[in-house]
Amino acid sequence: MLPQELHADQFSAYPAQAKRLAAAHVQAFQQLPLSFLPGLLRQLIEYDYKFPAEQAALDKELANLSSLSSAQIQEWFGGFFHLTLSSKLERVDWVNQPAVFLEQESAHLWTTHQMDAFTAAATNYGDRLQAVIGIESLPVRRLGIAVIGQGVDSCDFPLFRNLREHGTCFTHIKPDDGLALLLAAVEERAKSYPSPYRHWYIDGGQPFRTTPLLTTVSYAALGAVRENLLKFMQNEVARPGMGPEELRTNLARLLPQDLGMKQEGDAVLDRFQVKLFTEGSGTQIFSTTFAQWTAREALRRAQPLTLLVRFAPRQRQKPMDELLSGTTSSPQLDPLGSLVDADMGSYYHWINQQRLAGAERASFLVWFEGHSQALVIAPSLPRGAQSDSPMDLKSLVSLAIG
Amino acid sequence: MASFMSERSASARLRNLPPQDVARHLGRTRRDFLRDAAGMAFGGALVSASPFVRAASLIKRRKIIVVTFGGGARDQETFAPEGQVNIPHMLGELAPQSSFFTQVTNHGILGHYVATASLATGVYETLNNFSAVPPDHPTIFEYFRKDLGRPISDAWVVAPSNGFNRIGESDSRSYGAGFGAQVILPKHLLSAASSGSKTDYAHLLHDNYETPLYAPQISGGEFELRQLENVLKLSVDNFTQHAKSLASPDELSVYIARQLMRQESPSLLWITMHDIDVAHSGAFSLYVDAIRRTDRLCAELWKAVQDEPEYAGNTTMLILPDFGRDADQDSGGNGFQHHRTGDAASRTTWMMALGQGVRHGVVYDSPIQSIDLVPSLGAMMGFSAAQAQGKPIRELL
Repeated sequence: MLPQELHADQFSAYPAQAKRLAAAHVQAFQQLPLSFLPGLLRQLIEYDYKFPAEQAALDKELANLSSLSSAQIQEWFGGFFHLTLSSKLERVDWVNQPAVFLEQESAHLWTTHQMDAFTAAATNYGDRLQAVIGIESLPVRRLGIAVIGQGVDSCDFPLFRNLREHGTCFTHIKPDDGLALLLAAVEERAKSYPSPYRHWYIDGGQPFRTTPLLTTVSYAALGAVRENLLKFMQNEVARPGMGPEELRTNLARLLPQDLGMKQEGDAVLDRFQVKLFTEGSGTQIFSTTFAQWTAREALRRAQPLTLLVRFAPRQRQKPMDELLSGTTSSPQLDPLGSLVDADMGSYYHWINQQRLAGAERASFLVWFEGHSQALVIAPSLPRGAQSDSPMDLKSLVSLAIG
Repeated sequence: MASFMSERSASARLRNLPPQDVARHLGRTRRDFLRDAAGMAFGGALVSASPFVRAASLIKRRKIIVVTFGGGARDQETFAPEGQVNIPHMLGELAPQSSFFTQVTNHGILGHYVATASLATGVYETLNNFSAVPPDHPTIFEYFRKDLGRPISDAWVVAPSNGFNRIGESDSRSYGAGFGAQVILPKHLLSAASSGSKTDYAHLLHDNYETPLYAPQISGGEFELRQLENVLKLSVDNFTQHAKSLASPDELSVYIARQLMRQESPSLLWITMHDIDVAHSGAFSLYVDAIRRTDRLCAELWKAVQDEPEYAGNTTMLILPDFGRDADQDSGGNGFQHHRTGDAASRTTWMMALGQGVRHGVVYDSPIQSIDLVPSLGAMMGFSAAQAQGKPIRELL
């Protein structure tokens, strides 16, 4: 089927809000190229379970599409119209299974050497859209906080290496009650600027404390979900004829209740958490990867005003000789390796934060947990500098956002 | 803030450049790194007097070893100043005696099996990366054996995972069955040798890091367990005992390669390493550890070449990643973890050639493609890579 054959009834299986939106914009959909539309529908079909920031962005995108004339559609989507798809792709049920279509479209574009053209068309569209919908005005400057190195007594390599040139390194931070002070600062912002899913606390281990003021995600709290997912994957892999693409498709279909999450939970957050495991790579195995990926996805999707991520030690990867020796032991932790992971993870946290609106005013703080080293990137602080002034974490946050 | 904006602007400028310009920038940056760190010379003016011409009389005895990395490593973790601590052997020992090509671009599909197959055929293959299927076009092993009339024992592949078991021989009708290389999958061998063991090392045998927990079923002409004894001259006990002293699958691959060099002395030996691809797990420290291990293993392999009478003095070794990894700044990826964006960083890599007939300590930053490898090896060894779509690298001829 091609987009021009679309009609509103074909969206009957969509969740309520998504169905309403699809019906309202079906005339615009009919004019769009097949190489583009399923990508949009993949976003739309999830509309009811998206964060407010995502819904607002999608609302604006749909409104813009419906406002375009036929000539403008040709202009905006020229690159997509030039792509050649196969008749096999046209036969995919891309209305109800847009993700399946995209998987196959991706393979087709790679094998026909059209991926670069697709990327160029997508970049062009994204730039045009950004110019039309404008930049969100924030009530307060964005603040990112990364806490790294839990369980590490000392390290003999330089920390914050990628971030140093962008901010000020502090060498005499008082570590006492550091985490409590940071969390209190985050809670204070949540009280002052209340908004759903705008203030986050992500912990790669056991949360320091839970608080209703913050959207909290932790590796420890999702232990049962991870175990259920790994069992599911093992069972799938053992099935005859199973391949990686089918496995990926089946993972994408999993819902929170399939992995043992309670139905009365937060449907939006639960779906987000399931996707961390079904779409992330390594999140199921390593807590450091989980923390980094969760921060990335939270920033990309929920666009929080405040995000505190605390990395915890991940399990140690056993070398081959140990595996072959057959000695069974409970999983050991690798605090030092985890510090290296988290140091890079904090850099990616900052990069992802700077992709959002208000980057020029945003602040970022990273602290070596339990120690006196921290780094702050803020408009008011010099770059590539060092400060030996003693202060506690509360004062450091004030400096970052002051 | 000003310099932050400047950094963002520089990054944005790079992103706005055509891919070939970004690739050129990456290549020249590598040249500068090497010039500063290893004291290597720029080779643009040295092309005319090829040592391969002088060494033409040695063609009959020449051995070629190709080492590819299935899982690229980025400059900032390798050749850039901040990464050089991770590659002391390549930088300090191998690069100064090599011809180093700073700008090798892969325009094909960025999956490890399909990319390695493309390296081996000289054509951008389009096969399913996660299936154990042969390449569509003739492989270097078929050109080599058919054109030069070499026996099956003269071409071997040591490959990391089950998916590679068909890489030794193509589906091409014009070459047909029987001219391919024999393929050893050390992890498969280990699995077979350890059958019946209750040891839990399943994750060691994972086929690849791109799709954890998935391993395709092997079919076709893989190396049989009994050949441990017949070819490698190893008993199952000796093999498993030695494996227990090794830290990673790539160490096992190099061990097998050394056994092959001792027992079979193939003239064409292709080794694909894979430890670096642990980056897909997202653990940066494991990725860096794997780079350091691979660096050490490359040096060990080169030392083994010098120690083996059949190889010392007449071997050319080429080292190249199959492609790169995503740049930190590309919002479509997640930095070092994957190679999914198709950006210049993920497509651009390098190649090091050292040994017989190669100029020492020279850096070339003229752009070449990964599919140029096979025609170049054909020209060096005296066979015609007729269906390859790449071009011979003139700096090696």
